[in-house]
Amino acid sequence: MIRLEKRPSPSKVWTYATPVLAVVLTMLAGGILFAILGKDPLEAIRTIFWDPLFHPQFSGFSRPQLLVKAGPLILIAIGLSMGFRAGIWNIGAEGQYIVGALAGAAAGLALYPSESVLIFPMMVIAGALGGWAWAMIPAILKVQFRTNEILVSLLLVYVAENLLASASVGWLRNPEGGGFPGSRSLSGWDASSNPELIAGTGMHWGVVAGFIAVIFAYVVMSRHLLGYHIQLAGQAPRAARFAGVNPSRLIIMCLGISGALAGLAGLFEVTGPAGQISIDFNAGYGFTAIIVAFLGRLNPIGILLAGMLMALTYIGGELAQFMLALPAAAIQAFQGMLLFFLLGVDVLSNYRIRIGARETA
Amino acid sequence: MTTLLKLNGLTKAYPGVIANDDVSFEIAPGEVHALLGENGAGKSTLVKMIYGLVKPDSGTMALHGDAFAPSEPRAARAAGVAMVFQHFSLFEALSVAENIALGMENPPKPRELSHQIREVSHTYGLPLDPDRRVGELSAGERQRVEIIRCLLQDPKLLIMDEPTSVLTPQEVEILFTTLRKLSAEGTAILYISHKLEEIRALCDAATILRGGKVVGTCVPKETTAREMAELMVGKVLHQTKSGEHDAGDVVLKMESLSLPSSTPFGTSLQNVSLELRRGEILGIGGVAGNGQDELLAALSGETKVSSDVIKFENREIGQLGPNERREMGLLSAPEERLGHAAAPDMSLTENALLTGVVRQELAAHRFINWAKTKTFAETVIETFDVRTPGPTNAARSLSGGNLQKFVIGREVLQSPEVLVVNQPTWGVDASAAASIRQALMDLASTGAGVIIISQDLDELMEVADRFCALNAGRLSASRPTKDLTVDEVGLMLGGAHDMEVAHVG
Repeated sequence: MIRLEKRPSPSKVWTYATPVLAVVLTMLAGGILFAILGKDPLEAIRTIFWDPLFHPQFSGFSRPQLLVKAGPLILIAIGLSMGFRAGIWNIGAEGQYIVGALAGAAAGLALYPSESVLIFPMMVIAGALGGWAWAMIPAILKVQFRTNEILVSLLLVYVAENLLASASVGWLRNPEGGGFPGSRSLSGWDASSNPELIAGTGMHWGVVAGFIAVIFAYVVMSRHLLGYHIQLAGQAPRAARFAGVNPSRLIIMCLGISGALAGLAGLFEVTGPAGQISIDFNAGYGFTAIIVAFLGRLNPIGILLAGMLMALTYIGGELAQFMLALPAAAIQAFQGMLLFFLLGVDVLSNYRIRIGARETA
Repeated sequence: MTTLLKLNGLTKAYPGVIANDDVSFEIAPGEVHALLGENGAGKSTLVKMIYGLVKPDSGTMALHGDAFAPSEPRAARAAGVAMVFQHFSLFEALSVAENIALGMENPPKPRELSHQIREVSHTYGLPLDPDRRVGELSAGERQRVEIIRCLLQDPKLLIMDEPTSVLTPQEVEILFTTLRKLSAEGTAILYISHKLEEIRALCDAATILRGGKVVGTCVPKETTAREMAELMVGKVLHQTKSGEHDAGDVVLKMESLSLPSSTPFGTSLQNVSLELRRGEILGIGGVAGNGQDELLAALSGETKVSSDVIKFENREIGQLGPNERREMGLLSAPEERLGHAAAPDMSLTENALLTGVVRQELAAHRFINWAKTKTFAETVIETFDVRTPGPTNAARSLSGGNLQKFVIGREVLQSPEVLVVNQPTWGVDASAAASIRQALMDLASTGAGVIIISQDLDELMEVADRFCALNAGRLSASRPTKDLTVDEVGLMLGGAHDMEVAHVG
């Protein structure tokens, strides 16, 4: 009989090994899934994980996409991870991402067609503030009325999506666009564009911000009292109060940081890769970032790697759809498996498996 | 003399530790047998084997001369072995009878069960009303529920794990009367305790465990408590000495604190006033759950109160948070070690930071100085003899006693002006308890005021200068411990309702 036995201390080895194991298990189970769909599993896995980087024909296009996709994922996931560590569950990063993009775009477009160099920095600030403000709604409701931040932040995503729709067909619509939905091109307007900084790498300001966020989060979590209080509040709320942590302030802080970073990600996306506000601007980064945060063990460096990996499965998934005619749903299931297996094998870091005679301790 | 239960060479090993090593002894019918030992000596593992919760690696047991190897508690109960655990497993929202029915294999009809409960409680002098809700009962009464649950199964052997730790002196007397009566009727009792005087008063024989091995047996009535303690610890104990301190100025004052309870089964504090002078130890006795946690939270700053209710050196501090109070010199150590005083999954270094950050200046501009924090943790570990491989180990990997030494040491080493501790030696073995008490007395002798909230009355009588009782959220006036008798202490604890005889028809 198989039993789980609690370890006296969490295993360091397994803490690092479980993400790798989860990836391997996902490949195995995904392979089985693809085989059932009548595709060659090895080829499918290779197409997802290998071809985007090394395929002679496609890698030239797909390699830069890695950073383009990973940038927002990392930026959002870093913010989420700080809240998750404190037991504050912001599920609505997608909404904060949208509102950040809207706020930044609106602030910039208000000054169109000025060519001031201050416009882009101002838009960045507006974007961060937009995401922050959207996250303050669940934060203040939680502090004042003890509402559940999971529900409030999630439902606000749908409100944000409607805001986005109304902006692209109404108040932010391009007046010279011939009545088509969508705003003026932000990437085409020099003052607001967020270009590729080094040609062929996919590197833009959002990716830079993502890297800075990783370093910032690493320092805060390992050296600053805020990071310590976040971990304390997540692990032992009573001990945190005993240590003088004000739970309300922590909620405001954590939701604020994650909202602002999601808003930044939205702003960099709308001014760069997406280029304009459109109805289908949001591509689910805010939700995928939740997977990235957990896959990276809520650890900044881990999130950096997990963001890259997740971006790879996105690009590889698209490639697999295109080359092997795999259905999009199969790719989404594949990505979902990753979180599923990660959470499943996570138990190994705190428990060990014993195989043997039954015994109650 | 016939033998009821015979243990022969019982051995049980866990990864990295041998909990029981070749343990053998016998219990006769009607014998009250004490099992003595420090925390971690293997007492719990041993009784779990007898009760069928743990299977021995080797060795045999015999009950009434027949081989006895219960695979689960149900089998042990069927064979006539019952156990009262240290921690009760009762549902507060259910009645006494309902709780008892839940623990039975084939509960009789409710009316009949109530009748049986009344009968048993009458026969054994354990006053208990089957229709009352457990949430309203005192700890002593709750224990009676557990005992009656066992007695209804008509056991041949009753195992009791630290039964008196939650009882008032009067309740202890009632319990002992019951146990003696049971013993006279032929029920054997295996009695686990570290309170040596109780064992001397009650038990016929004692087996002493240390490090999983039987290191001695004795007849408690003919052995001094000191001799037994030394057998238990394996070394000569130095007695804690209560220094004569001159009480100094009033350093902490609480005036008429009333605090409504935040949870349904919590306790509201009512009109609590106290005064603490420098250099003295104020002992606050009372059974846990009578407002101890709430009082500590109000003193530590976790619960904020009107600012003029608490005064520290004439400054009104009721509105200040824990860290502001720490900065002034008011420190505290809560009862719950894991999850309140310390974060279970964090290392000892991180836990040293938890309360040490302010006074030890472990952070500059809110950036943590981990090297300094580690040194502080190491100092606590060394000074208070905390048994652990090092400060990087998680708090939850320490035994209860060692973690308690760490928690107390962490506060004492910050040289507080006032230290408030709740249950400082709860579940701590004899030698660790002695060193904790000594540390608290040494602290007081340096001129700090110390408040000890404890349900161990012997402890308070030993170390406190003044004693007051906390009962149902009310604090009695304090009295010097020198002139107090055990009976007076019992009355101060509001034990009156526990002294009435069974009010059954």
